[in-house]
Amino acid sequence: MADLLLIVRIAGRRVALPASQVEGVVELDGLTPAPGAAPHVAGLSSLRSRVLTVVDAAAALDAGQNGAHDLTHAIVVPSGGHPYVLLVDDVEDVVEASAAPVQITAPLGTGWNRVALGMIDAGDDLLLFVDPHALIAGPAAVHV
Amino acid sequence: MEDLIDDFLAETRDMLQALAGAIVAWEADPDDRERLDEIFRFVHTVKGNCGFFDLPRLKQLSHAAEDVLADLRAGRRTPDSALVSAVLGIIDRIGELVLALETGEALASEDDEQLIAALSEEASQAAPDVAAVAPAERREGERRTAVRSIRLSVDLLDHMMSGVSDAVLARNELSRRLRDMPRDVAVEAAFERMSGCIAEIRDAITRTRMQRIDSLFSALPRMVRDLSTELGKQVLLDLDGGDVELDREMLEMIRDPLTHIIRNAIDHGLEPPADRAAAGKAPAGRLAVAARQSGNQILIEICDDGRGIDGAALVRKALALGLIDTARAENLTPAQRVDLIFSAGLSTAGAVTAISGRGVGMDVVRANVERIGGLIDVESRPGLGVRLSIRVPLTLTIISALTVSAGGQVFAIPRSAIDEILRASGDSVRMEGVGDANLATVRGRRMPLVTLSGLLGLPADTESEARKLVLLKPAGGDLYALAVDAVHDHEELVVKPASPLVMAAGVYAGTTLADDGRPVLVLDPGGIAKAAQLHFEAAEAERLRPEAVVDAVAETPMLLFRTLDGGARAVPVPLVERIEDVAVEAVRFSAGMLRVALGERIVPLAGCAAPPDAAKLRILRLTDGVAELAYAFAEVIDIRALSLNLSPASAPGEVAGVALVDGRQVELLDVHWLFATFAQAGGDDRPTCALPTGDPWIDNMLRPLIESLGYAIVSAGDDVVADIAIEASGESDPDRAAAVVRLRNDPQPAGEGDDSIYRYDRAALLSALHAARRRAHG
Repeated sequence: MADLLLIVRIAGRRVALPASQVEGVVELDGLTPAPGAAPHVAGLSSLRSRVLTVVDAAAALDAGQNGAHDLTHAIVVPSGGHPYVLLVDDVEDVVEASAAPVQITAPLGTGWNRVALGMIDAGDDLLLFVDPHALIAGPAAVHV
Repeated sequence: MEDLIDDFLAETRDMLQALAGAIVAWEADPDDRERLDEIFRFVHTVKGNCGFFDLPRLKQLSHAAEDVLADLRAGRRTPDSALVSAVLGIIDRIGELVLALETGEALASEDDEQLIAALSEEASQAAPDVAAVAPAERREGERRTAVRSIRLSVDLLDHMMSGVSDAVLARNELSRRLRDMPRDVAVEAAFERMSGCIAEIRDAITRTRMQRIDSLFSALPRMVRDLSTELGKQVLLDLDGGDVELDREMLEMIRDPLTHIIRNAIDHGLEPPADRAAAGKAPAGRLAVAARQSGNQILIEICDDGRGIDGAALVRKALALGLIDTARAENLTPAQRVDLIFSAGLSTAGAVTAISGRGVGMDVVRANVERIGGLIDVESRPGLGVRLSIRVPLTLTIISALTVSAGGQVFAIPRSAIDEILRASGDSVRMEGVGDANLATVRGRRMPLVTLSGLLGLPADTESEARKLVLLKPAGGDLYALAVDAVHDHEELVVKPASPLVMAAGVYAGTTLADDGRPVLVLDPGGIAKAAQLHFEAAEAERLRPEAVVDAVAETPMLLFRTLDGGARAVPVPLVERIEDVAVEAVRFSAGMLRVALGERIVPLAGCAAPPDAAKLRILRLTDGVAELAYAFAEVIDIRALSLNLSPASAPGEVAGVALVDGRQVELLDVHWLFATFAQAGGDDRPTCALPTGDPWIDNMLRPLIESLGYAIVSAGDDVVADIAIEASGESDPDRAAAVVRLRNDPQPAGEGDDSIYRYDRAALLSALHAARRRAHG
């Protein structure tokens, strides 16, 4: 069976995430700031009695961060034993990958290099295949 | 005991199930060290546990298997298929025995010997035929059903917990909706009932996760007793902190490590009574196990007063086993040497015993503790004993916390760290800014002040005067004040670990959910101190750079007080043992100076020339560590940290000099002069007490007591006239002393006119001595 891909929009770009890593897509109800936490952490939110660490996907790419977080499109991704959610611009679709990801040949924008696993054929388009765990780790992971 | 056996059987069964994979893997690859270790730990645990119960067959089997596996681990034997089969045969037999014990059936024992024999080297060479030890047919008999408890997975409990939390959230939601609707008494009553039920269930489920550490400690006295009897040692076990509550899972995880550590301490740490006597110690060894909550951790300490860990022996062993090389061995600090005890396969025991001594304990112990995010430390003082401390995180436990808000956001602070809560505008509080750093002075005590909103970079929306101060004392840290915008409520919170991204801030201990379902961050008082302290040091350095080091003169805390004649004087706080009110009758001009009787002691009194007229006298009890001195004064003005700019006194005396404090002249006591004058004089002018000679009881018991009261002893019968004479019995000779105290050996007085004192009636004896003395000085 082919791998499922979740097509989302992050910082204006359509990318594919491995659906196997995604627990669900939710709309968050409220956000508690976590001052002092890593800069791409938007705060904390709760979902079914669990405390989720909310990561702004665009901020994780260093692609700028607007003060107001849009909580309508949140992707739940458990990582390293902790539940996280990624805030994305939009969630489009789930499609089957028709082939394995391929090496990237074209240069990518700022921050994308770090999170991209390759290019992948998703339906009709060739999309960037993004590692959600690298997004969660954020820019700090590279500097350390 | 029945319960414990049930636990043991269930645990062994669980371990066997978990081990099934490892057994198969090891059979396929006998050189697989990891699998070998896993199987070894299993048999070691079984051996340890059944030593505790009376299960000789299991013990014999597991001991035999452990011996062989230890040889394999140490490389003394190489595994071959016959040996592997023999070991597996034993493990299968352990499983059968466990099953038989559970079902209450008997299991024939005749082939146990055969199984054990198959383990020997001769057997594996001579009889490669493995059929003899092929696992017997498993019996799935009917298990005993009469168990009073069931085992639940912690996952299930977690699931229940989260389900109940959801129910609470749903209840809150419903409550909000109900408020928006027209009132209906019937619906409200039903809602209240449901609320009550949910709260009750939540309580119960919360409790299912928490258990007093007592449940772990309660098994220790018996275990220690059995072990010490077996080893011919005497052990005094001291348990403390049994009421500390631990998450059930944590408790299970530290059960084995704790057992191992205690076994090791008794087996290797504590010496036999003869050796202890030779080393000048009490024949019974002391073993203290204490638990306490320390900040966001639970600390369990196991101390013994045995021989300590022989670091050099550990290094030799480690070298012999090839765990370290010579270069590294030479560079090890004493602490690192002792830490070698946590290496796999190392043990200092000369002989292998049934209790411990195969070096399995400590590496397994460390692995188990670290698995739950804990830390284990060992500290050894050769000849004096070992202190092992286990720290396990508080996360997953329920803590009692204070909710506060800062910058419009709610935070929780663990109550264990909270010393006091104050209004910033209160009379006893002063706040001052020094450069970027802030200080709070609470009742004369100065401490760093951290503003929570400032530390976290949140907007400050409250005037600093309207804030509340929470005085925090983190475990192992110093007191500081945390300014928050508002203090809300005390709550019991389930703390869960926060993700690493959030923990990176360094000031959080975890997260929790408030009643409205919103996440709340739990502050880590120690982390805040660390974050703020750095800030202070930076600020301090900034401030000191331009102005040289004039301000860096060390400040001493000074007690400012008013003397009886109204002057202000100061004395360094560390010299003041305490402040006490004494009845003026206790003050006498005796033997050349004013003295005050304090309990059983007579102490020179300075600060006044004659006993004052008032009924009570307030004194400072000053001490230099040996001698004691009382100083009369009228009242305490303040306690302040001062660096005094002293103008020296013109002549030596009570006062060393004078300094300005807040525009007032304050004299600093010359404590050295005081002690040199008064305490010394006290030694020279001691009153005398005549004691009968030749009575061992008087010489050994009474004399030290009298001397401790400040008397010089003279022998009765001399022509010396003493202030007080003590007579043990018989005829009196009142001419020789101003006052006489008679002692008798019988608790009951001899008759009506008998005014003697029973010799062990200490209180009566002391008061008689004081009274006799007053009579003597009229």
